[in-house]
Amino acid sequence: MTQLLPPIGAVLPELVLAISAIVLILIGAVRGEGSANLVTGLAIAVLAAVGVLVLLQPAVEVTAFNGSLVVDAYSRFMKLLAVLGAVVSLIMAVDWQAREKQAKFEYAVLVVIATLGMCMLISAGDLIALYLGLELMSLSLYVVAAINRDSIRSTEAGLKYFVLGALSSGMLLYGASFIYGFTGSVNFLQIAAVAKEPSFGLIFGIVFLLAGLCFKVSAVPFHMWTPDVYEGAPTPVTAFFASAPKVAAMAIFVRVVIEAFPHVTHQWQQIVAFVSLASMVLGAFAAIGQRNIKRLLAYSSIGHMGFALVGLAAGTPEGVRGVLLYMSIYVVMTLGTFACVLTMRRKGQAVETIEDLSGLARRNPVMALALGALMFSLAGIPPLAGFLAKYYVFVAAIQAGLYGLAVVGVLASVVGAFYYLRVVKIMYFDEPVDDFDPMPTELKAVLAVSGLFTIFYFVYPAPLIEAAGAAARSLF
Amino acid sequence: MNVAAAFFYLFAFVLVASAFMVISSRNPVQSVLFLILAFVNAAGLFILIGAEFLALILVVVYVGAVAVLFLFVVMMLDVDFVELRQGFLQYLPVGLVVGLIFLAELVLVVGAWVTGPGVASAVASAPPSAGDVGNVQAIGRVLYTDYIYFFQAAGFVLLVAMIGAIVLTLRHKVNVKRQNISAQVARTAKTAMDVVKVRPGQGL
Amino acid sequence: MNALLMDYLPVVIFIGVSLVIGLALLASPFIVAYQNPDPEKLSAYECGFNAFDDARMTFDARFYLVAILFIIFDLEVAFLFPWAITFGGLGDLGFWSMMTFLGVLTVGFIYEWRKGALEWD
Repeated sequence: MTQLLPPIGAVLPELVLAISAIVLILIGAVRGEGSANLVTGLAIAVLAAVGVLVLLQPAVEVTAFNGSLVVDAYSRFMKLLAVLGAVVSLIMAVDWQAREKQAKFEYAVLVVIATLGMCMLISAGDLIALYLGLELMSLSLYVVAAINRDSIRSTEAGLKYFVLGALSSGMLLYGASFIYGFTGSVNFLQIAAVAKEPSFGLIFGIVFLLAGLCFKVSAVPFHMWTPDVYEGAPTPVTAFFASAPKVAAMAIFVRVVIEAFPHVTHQWQQIVAFVSLASMVLGAFAAIGQRNIKRLLAYSSIGHMGFALVGLAAGTPEGVRGVLLYMSIYVVMTLGTFACVLTMRRKGQAVETIEDLSGLARRNPVMALALGALMFSLAGIPPLAGFLAKYYVFVAAIQAGLYGLAVVGVLASVVGAFYYLRVVKIMYFDEPVDDFDPMPTELKAVLAVSGLFTIFYFVYPAPLIEAAGAAARSLF
Repeated sequence: MNVAAAFFYLFAFVLVASAFMVISSRNPVQSVLFLILAFVNAAGLFILIGAEFLALILVVVYVGAVAVLFLFVVMMLDVDFVELRQGFLQYLPVGLVVGLIFLAELVLVVGAWVTGPGVASAVASAPPSAGDVGNVQAIGRVLYTDYIYFFQAAGFVLLVAMIGAIVLTLRHKVNVKRQNISAQVARTAKTAMDVVKVRPGQGL
Repeated sequence: MNALLMDYLPVVIFIGVSLVIGLALLASPFIVAYQNPDPEKLSAYECGFNAFDDARMTFDARFYLVAILFIIFDLEVAFLFPWAITFGGLGDLGFWSMMTFLGVLTVGFIYEWRKGALEWD
C-alpha cells in the first residue's frame, strides 16, 4: 500500500484553514448573533497565519494524495497572493459591516472556506481536485454575493452569479470528462505524457475546460456576469471578488494549460490569444460609458484579465512570470481602489457614481492623490507599477512572436486610459460636492500601502520579479 | 432479441416519452412527476450497463430529494404557469437545433474515439474491467482511502451548501413565543408571582 | 444474461407483481361495480361547496429550507453506502476518514440547530 497520508508540512495551510473554519462555525453557532466581530477578528488572524505558513513552506516541490495536491514555488506564490486578497478584503469589510448593520459571522466563515477552496484550486494537480476546489470556492462566493439578502440588487447578483456559474461548471466538467476519456487519466502530468498530439476529442475537452475557466476569470465571451455582480454585491464583497478568486482562477488556468497540455500548445494558444484579445478590447470600450464606479471597475477587471492572459498566450516561462507579476500588481491596485470606493459614503449612505468624486482633490487631497496614482497605474502610465505589469506581459508576447496581440494590447490600454483619466479629471478639475464621511483607519492603511506600492514599485522591483521567475520556472 | 435488450428498449422508450412530457405537459406538477418517471427509467438504464452506484444515487438523491425540491419550487413560485407556457412549444425548433448541434458534436467525438487510430491504446491507464467486484464496492475501496482528499473536500462542499441555505433563507418571525422548557421548569413561585399591596379605593 | 442483471430479477418480479395488483385494483371497480351516475351524484359533496380557487398556492420558503437541508443529509447518506459494504477491508484510515466526514457535517448540524433552522415558528 502506498503512502496515503501526506507529510503534514505539505498540507498545513489547507489543514489550518479547514480546522479553523470548523472552529469558527462552532464559535459562531454557540455564541449566537453577537459573535460577528469576534469571528471576523479570528478569521483575519487565521488567514494572516496561513499566509505566514505558506511563506514558511520549504522551497522544494512536494506532491500529496497521489499527485492531487502540488506544493511548489508557483503554488506558494499564488496562494500568498490569494490569501493577501482575502485577508485585506476581510479587514476592509469590518467597518462596512458595522455601519450597514450587516454584521454576520457567516461572512467571515465563508471567506475562510472560499480561501480554502482557492488554496486547493491553486495546488490542484489533477482534474478532480481542480473541480472540487473550484466548487468549494464558487459555492462560498455565490452565498457571499447575496449575503445582504434584504437588498434586491444583492440577491439578484447572487442569483445571476449562481446560475451562470453552475452553467460554467457544467461546461468545465463536460470538458474534463472528454479529457479523461481521451487520455485515460485525470492527473495533469500523466495527461501531458499521453497527449502528445492533438486529437479531436482532446481539443474538444480543452475548449470546454477553458470555457469554464474563462468564466471564473471573467474573460470575454464569458464575462457577462461581472458588471452586474460587481455592482449588486455589497462593496467589500466586490473587493473580495475582484482580488482573491481572480488570482486563484488565473493560477489554475495557467497551471492546467502549462502542465497538462505542453505538447498541444498551439491548440490552446489560439483560444487564450482570442480570449485575451477580446477581453482587452471589450474592457477598454465598454467601460467608457459607465457612471457607476463599481461597474467601471468590473469592466476594468475584465480588461486586466485580458492583459494578464497575454502573458499566458506566449506560453513561455517569461510569459508565465509576466502573468504572475501582473496578477500581483493587479491585486494590490484593486484592493487600494476598493479602499477608496468603500470610503465613498455621505451621511452614512454609500454613494457609487463617479460624479460623487467631483473635486475630491480640494476636499481630501491625500486620498485624491492616492486614487489618482492608482488610476494612472491601472491605465498603465509609466513609471507606475501598472505600466511595468503590462510591460512584462507584452515583452513576453513579442518574444513569442505574438506581435498582433501586443499591438492590440497597447492600443486597448490607450483607449482604456481615457476612462481612468476621466476619473482623475473629475477629481481634480470638477466643482467639489459634499465631503465624504471620515475614513476609517484600516482603509487609510490599505490605501496608503497600495498607493505607495504602485508609485514606488519601479525603484526596487527585483524581489518580486525573482520570486515570480522562480515560481514560473517551477511549472516548466 | 434477449431480455436485456427488451428492457433497454422499454426503459429508453419510457425515458424519452416522459422527458417529452416534462416539457409539454400543461401542469408543472405533472411535469415534475414525469421528471421522476424519467429519473427512474434512467436508473434502469444505468443498471443495464452495470453502473449500479449511479442508479442507486439517481433513485436516492434525485428521485428522493431533488424532485421533492423541484415540487416545492414549482409550488412556491407564484407564477401563472398556464400563461407562461403560452407558445412554449414554439421554441421547440430552436431547442431542436441546439440539441442537434450537441448530438453532432457527440457523434464527432465518439466517432473520433471509435475510428481514431489507437485512441483507446494511447490512454495512460485503461479503465479497469468490471471483474468480480461490483462498482459500489470498487468505489468504496478507493474513495475513503486513496481519494481521502476528495472525500473530505466533498464534505466541505456540503457544509458550505448547508451554511449557504441557512444564511440566505432562514428568517425567524418576530413576536413568536416559543417553548423554553428549561426556563419553564425552573420557574418558581418567586419568579412567577409578584405580590402587590393595593390600598382600598385607590387601585393600582 | 450476466450475473449482475440476474441479481435484479427479484426487483423486476416485485415491480411486476405490484403493477399487476395495483392495476387490478384500479380497473376492477370499472368492471364489476354497479354504475348509474346522475348529475347530483357527480357534483361536489352536497353539504360542501365548490372550490374558490386553485389548490396550488404559494408555499412558505421554509419548506424549501427544510428540503435543501434534507438533500444535504441525503447526499451524506449516499456516501455511506459504499463505505458500509467495503467496511471490512478499509482499515483504520477508511474508518477515520468517514468519521471526519461525518464530523464536518455534524458541525453543520450543530450550526443549523443553534440557528434554529429546525424550528417551525
